[in-house]
Amino acid sequence: MGNLSNFESSRIPSSHLQQQIDATGKADVEIAINGKKLTVPYGTSILNATRLVGVKIPTLCSHDDLCVVGVCRLCLVEVEGQKTLQAACAYPITASINIRTHTTKVRKARRHVLDLMLRNHYGECYACRRNHKCQLQDRAKEHGVDFFRFGHIKEKRFEEDLSSYAVVRDPDKCVLCYRCVRTCIDMQEVGVLEFINRGFETQVSTFMNKPLAEVICVNCGQCINRCPTGALRANDPSDKVWRAIEDPEKHVIMQTAPAPRACIGEEFGLEAGHSLTRELNTAIRMIGFDQVFDTNFAADLTIMEESAELLTRLKDALVEGKDIPLPMITSCSPGWVKFCEHFYPDQLDHLSTCKSPQQMFGALLKTYYAEKSGINPANIVTVALMPCSAKKFECNRPEMQDSGHKDVDYGLTTREMAQMIKECGIHLPDLDREDFDHPLGLGSGAGLIFGATGGVMEAAIRTAYEIVTGREVPFEGLNVTPVRGMEGIREASILIENPVEEWKFLAGVELKVAIAHGTANAKKIMELVKAGKADYHFIEIMACPGGCLGGGGAPIPTNDEIRRKRAEALYKEDASLEVRKSHENAEIDQIYEEFLGEPLGERSHRLLHTHYTPRGKRIGD
Amino acid sequence: MRDQRTREMLDQDIRRWVDKYSRERSALIAILHNVHRKYSQVSAHAMEEIADYLGIHPVEVYGVATFYSFYNAEPKGKKIIRLCRTISCDMQGKRDLVYALEHRFGIRFGETTRDGKWTLEYTSCMGWCDQGPALFVNSKPYTSVTTERLDAILAE
Amino acid sequence: MTERKGPILFRPYTAFSGMRKAFEMGNAKVLATVKDAGLRGRGGAGFPTAMKWKFALDDISKDHQDYSKDRFIICNADEGEPGTFKDRVLLEEQLGLLLEGMLIAGYTIRASTGIIFLRGEYNYMWDQIKGTILRWRAEGMLGENLDGKGFDFDIHIRMGAGAYVCGEETALIESMEGYRGEPRNRPPFPVNAGFNKRPTVVNNVETLCQLPHILNEGADWFKKIGTEESTGSKLLSISGDCSKPGVYEVPFGVTIQAVLELAGAVGIKAVQVGGASGICLSAHEFDRTICFEDVPTGGSIIIFNTTRNMREVLVNFLGFFMEESCGQCTPCRYGTECLLDGILQLSRGECSDEYLSELLDLSDSMAIASKCGLGQSVANPFRSIIERFRGEIYHG
Repeated sequence: MGNLSNFESSRIPSSHLQQQIDATGKADVEIAINGKKLTVPYGTSILNATRLVGVKIPTLCSHDDLCVVGVCRLCLVEVEGQKTLQAACAYPITASINIRTHTTKVRKARRHVLDLMLRNHYGECYACRRNHKCQLQDRAKEHGVDFFRFGHIKEKRFEEDLSSYAVVRDPDKCVLCYRCVRTCIDMQEVGVLEFINRGFETQVSTFMNKPLAEVICVNCGQCINRCPTGALRANDPSDKVWRAIEDPEKHVIMQTAPAPRACIGEEFGLEAGHSLTRELNTAIRMIGFDQVFDTNFAADLTIMEESAELLTRLKDALVEGKDIPLPMITSCSPGWVKFCEHFYPDQLDHLSTCKSPQQMFGALLKTYYAEKSGINPANIVTVALMPCSAKKFECNRPEMQDSGHKDVDYGLTTREMAQMIKECGIHLPDLDREDFDHPLGLGSGAGLIFGATGGVMEAAIRTAYEIVTGREVPFEGLNVTPVRGMEGIREASILIENPVEEWKFLAGVELKVAIAHGTANAKKIMELVKAGKADYHFIEIMACPGGCLGGGGAPIPTNDEIRRKRAEALYKEDASLEVRKSHENAEIDQIYEEFLGEPLGERSHRLLHTHYTPRGKRIGD
Repeated sequence: MRDQRTREMLDQDIRRWVDKYSRERSALIAILHNVHRKYSQVSAHAMEEIADYLGIHPVEVYGVATFYSFYNAEPKGKKIIRLCRTISCDMQGKRDLVYALEHRFGIRFGETTRDGKWTLEYTSCMGWCDQGPALFVNSKPYTSVTTERLDAILAE
Repeated sequence: MTERKGPILFRPYTAFSGMRKAFEMGNAKVLATVKDAGLRGRGGAGFPTAMKWKFALDDISKDHQDYSKDRFIICNADEGEPGTFKDRVLLEEQLGLLLEGMLIAGYTIRASTGIIFLRGEYNYMWDQIKGTILRWRAEGMLGENLDGKGFDFDIHIRMGAGAYVCGEETALIESMEGYRGEPRNRPPFPVNAGFNKRPTVVNNVETLCQLPHILNEGADWFKKIGTEESTGSKLLSISGDCSKPGVYEVPFGVTIQAVLELAGAVGIKAVQVGGASGICLSAHEFDRTICFEDVPTGGSIIIFNTTRNMREVLVNFLGFFMEESCGQCTPCRYGTECLLDGILQLSRGECSDEYLSELLDLSDSMAIASKCGLGQSVANPFRSIIERFRGEIYHG
């Protein structure tokens, strides 16, 4: 097994962003909040303590996924005996203190902080994508802000950065809460966004102030998910989608990925964890799409191709003794792929050559489907509903045109889809349930769980194990639980016993796998791979925490609890399905029979596989 | 050709300084200081080089370099004149110096001459309030500066 | 060199005598003496020095058990307060006293490393300081086993790079660690988790320079100078409208009027005590005294005669803060700009007296809402200048 101890020391965030209170062996502390006495563990932040007495102190820079900075100064409280107010998020309780959370002094100071933010926050709420989804707006409302005490800037100070297919930056709306910086540097370890300059000139920017398209942004969009305002958003192509829908010449096809169906309800006020799979189909048809297909179908196809690729690599390595790069690593997550191209350009041959399900699907729609339905592929417009901002970049990669056209025309995020649905006056949860179109509308449970971290691995194991042994995976109800969960890096192994004739050489082999989600965790695994110390056979890596369901296109807000609920929804739906293994998907059989031939066959190779670009980290002058 | 040679020299220098100060992040300021002193600018390439050695992101180096007044990420003049803008220097005739300097170089404060030789900037209190007005030419302080003395100072 | 006279720092001194005295006394007694002397931080905040040391000394939590190797004494030579230049004089003229003070502080808190954080503006002094340190090392005054009982101590220099906020001790530490000089949240305090997360004491140049004298002459002698709560002397950096600007050592408790006379200032309408972050006093208050009980200061005294316009002074200070704020917290980053803009609007007659009250309110909030002392102190000049010279803000 790889050296597990390497995983334990996660990167220490920039020192000032870290709270360092050593609570070992310290007794609980008795405190009073607004006169009410209670006891809390040593080192508890005032913010968490106040929640215990039912007070939710307003915050802006604080985020469950990120370390403490204490810079917005909204969560101020009065601590008796202290001359100044204290930031509740950044104040660890180490002594018996009296806290007051809403004295006049506190309310006035908070209000002033808000007044200052609003003075420098350019734009009008109703002309903003984050209207009603903005924490600055929420705070202003809570505090009864009804005028701009210190005025309101009338002119833009910065230019919007529209260079990236995935992420748009609008620094005029930035409140400098540090969330995106902590996300990009500490959480994802990509290192694109940072505070630059000083004083009033301080802003969030990129290396040398370059446009996002020119830096090492991997398009994961995690910064968007954590931005409290509209300063970061996804690059929305929905206008172009609308135009295609209106165009009678165009045949517009939607494919929907697994994660959006499990999350989109949140955009309509539902709690996290309610899947609206078939309601979504109805809505997509109501909007005017000609066909709605299931990306899970392409996920199953990915499993067929990827399992074949893995087994071939194993055979080449173990039997033929060839120098084949192992472990093989998944390539479904476009954020991860670009991360690898930037940070590990010399390790790209570990990546599976399989395209992501989105791109496989696109290539098939403009070939197989076009042929079968007799539609000129030039008139087919393919749209992908994804929980992802990086998919927008992926579909614009120049190599993704194997059908002879742009395989996927537009990537829509879950949020943008919800926006389109709302614009049509449709309340999604109320809709009737409709099925996908066929023949590309059948997806197995294995394809569905692609949406959660560990899902691709589980799907691959369900299929590969059966190919090799002729038996189902030895887990109750097909649930490969060791690969599930939310720990950043997980490992598992399966012993191959009594394989079928063709895979006899795998007898007694312990198939070792690892799963990582979030690019910081990817980095830890890749350092082992690079050093030749990763003795896994297969690794699943997703760029986003939680996998696709925590993607940069998923509904906002996000935190660990929300991501767990979304995963539960996916696993629940998987368990309810009849077909739960990719190789048992009848439509997969059909497409191999009618069109592709066999996995890794000539046509598969041309349409379903790709290559990568070593990009490196350097941007230069 | 010349750029290539400068870059090689820069790379060698950075390597030398990294070896001298360590590859810990705490060496960053000292390394930037040396780069800046020799090249009067911390270029994008230099920042990437340093970031690689220290195991941090180039944008973090950029964040640090833009935080401190004495580093320039953008090219500036070979000689940077930094005039103290504190009130004590104001009261001792700073305004005349501003006029004289701007007039002499044909640029405003905050700008660099077209030949890339001179940059005019303000700086916060230099610690010479008893002998104002004070200014730096690069890192050398000059005190009780008068318009009459400017010629001699700039000729140095 | 100017012939300087003063009760403590500028009195005659035999090199290394304080340090030898410290070794004789042992660190517990040194700590007790400094405590008894009532020495307080000379940077302006006036925190009792012995208390700071004690916190660091007492930090023996599991990570810090190995005394000496992992604790630091930092000399804050990043004086950036507008109108302050006394540390420059000490560094130039009393460097030995400073090094010895660091050594005594290091000895007391059991640190083996001293670091001088020298502001970028004083880069020209690097060679001189470095040379002295090298000489001390060669002479065995720095290095191993200095007291014959295993006390090791060495001193290094770290450069600042032009950032006022790095005078704030946690920002200074951030800068030394290679980060943007953004002040940290406290707790934890530097005495528990400072440089490299280790117990760290940050003392002002002037504070450290007092130590050898205190040990030599004793706490009682020291306490006789100054006032009850502000023992000893204070260096003042005097500039502005006076005939004899410069650095003066005065006992705590001296009146502003006496200071003005010392500097040869006549026809004075205002004195800014404590620099941009200090407060402004007008003529009827010149009987007030410089000490922690009345008007505390890090040493900056800027004198304004009747020809000066106080709006210009305020605008200058606010511009300074707007540039020198680290920019991380909202009240300071946006607040200073908002105050400055407001004052300029008022001077152009674009807003009313009511708005000025709003601005004063805002400055009060900044004083309690900002993350560090920089933002918190903007209200000092703002309120004090406006309260005393409101008329000048509008026109003139």
